[in-house]
Amino acid sequence: MREIAAQQITDTVERLCVQANCHLPRDVKERITASHEGEPWPQAREILERIMENYAIADGNDRPICQDTGMACVFLKVGQEVHITGDVGEAVHEGVRRGYAKGYLRKSVVGDPLNRVNTGDNTPAMIYYELVPGDQVEITVAPKGFGSENMSQIKMLRPSDGVEGVKDFVVKVVEDAGANPCPPIVVGVGVGGTFDKAAYLAKKALMRPLDQRNSDPFYQALEEELLERINGLGIGPQGFGGKTTALAVNIEQCPTHIAGLPVAVNINCHVTRHQTEVL
Amino acid sequence: MAIRIQMPLTREQARTLKAGDSCLISGVIYTARDAAHKRLCALAAEGKELPLPIENATIYYVGPTPAKPGDAIGSAGPTTSYRMDAYSPTLIALGETGMIGKGKRGPEVVDAMKEHGAVYFGAIGGCGALLSQCIKKAEVIAYEDLGAEAIRRLEVEDFPVVVIIDSQGNNLYETGRAAYLKSQA
Repeated sequence: MREIAAQQITDTVERLCVQANCHLPRDVKERITASHEGEPWPQAREILERIMENYAIADGNDRPICQDTGMACVFLKVGQEVHITGDVGEAVHEGVRRGYAKGYLRKSVVGDPLNRVNTGDNTPAMIYYELVPGDQVEITVAPKGFGSENMSQIKMLRPSDGVEGVKDFVVKVVEDAGANPCPPIVVGVGVGGTFDKAAYLAKKALMRPLDQRNSDPFYQALEEELLERINGLGIGPQGFGGKTTALAVNIEQCPTHIAGLPVAVNINCHVTRHQTEVL
Repeated sequence: MAIRIQMPLTREQARTLKAGDSCLISGVIYTARDAAHKRLCALAAEGKELPLPIENATIYYVGPTPAKPGDAIGSAGPTTSYRMDAYSPTLIALGETGMIGKGKRGPEVVDAMKEHGAVYFGAIGGCGALLSQCIKKAEVIAYEDLGAEAIRRLEVEDFPVVVIIDSQGNNLYETGRAAYLKSQA
């Protein structure tokens, strides 16, 4: 049994909160650059240039890329042969507390959804645990902004709706969102499972590098077709018109019930942030 | 090519701006998000004085990150505007002439803009680090308890925006998309 102190988790989460908010992942930058090259509409190219300028400033000065430094979504893959000494949940929250203070990040969490008083330290984090074989702990911090989170939707389709129903729903969610979620967006789709599992898969899909397609050829083709349809809508960067409405469509699928076809669409803005470390 | 605008913005000036115009704003603007708008409208309903000079004012929908030592402000890009739709018609009737945000607006806001002469500007969402460089001074003037959502007085220089909806109700989200799609047909 390998021992990992809760303190190590706090230190890692603290570091990842700051890094994720100030430095856009390589794969997202590459997709933005490639989209700029393939964008035929001059106004849209101009906006993509400002977006590139923005993340360069953030990179160079350790500044938050966006003022909405998000709710801290923390994914922990815990090896079965690991024993964590201390309170792992509290260790994550403490890491968020410290990271958001040290990094001059915005505190955007209210302690109750209806009474709405800011907790002042961006806690609690939204924590997702997964038990996996091995003796390591993988920690991913993904700050999630709510301009795009608010445009996400879930629907329980009928099995008879089939793949066409899934496609139409995904495209409709993106079209309804329009300019609101700060396009170009990344579209995370969860298909199958239960009501809650589909939403979880959609969020998890946003963690997959944008240059990595689904390993199943059927879903890979679906991702590519959906991206093409979405980029034919004409919404464009910031909604001012253009080709680049989405940078990628990432789908995660899962077995489901004979009577159901859950589909969840989790939208992320062009500031799709996540950083990972393995302990 | 961009139109230079010196704040405050009069109703007459607001009426000259057209959807799609690129503008550079200089001078004083104010920040407020939904929590602050709610309080402003509650004051207005009681006939009380607002904590900012609303006549000819432009309000920027932003909740900045905390300023690092030596900086005027942290990252400061626009938030989604529709959350202010319930409150904007009241403020426009009281004299607000400009709003800066991102995303769609409801018909009640557009009607108030047409009636009184106001304009809705868009700043690039997700570019908070870039936009903060145009903000030279920031000072909390009301509702400090709201933290990032407090009302701030900002002094800006060549702050880049685009007119999304003008005082005639023309909408860049509709015209820009249609023009692009036409070019591809």
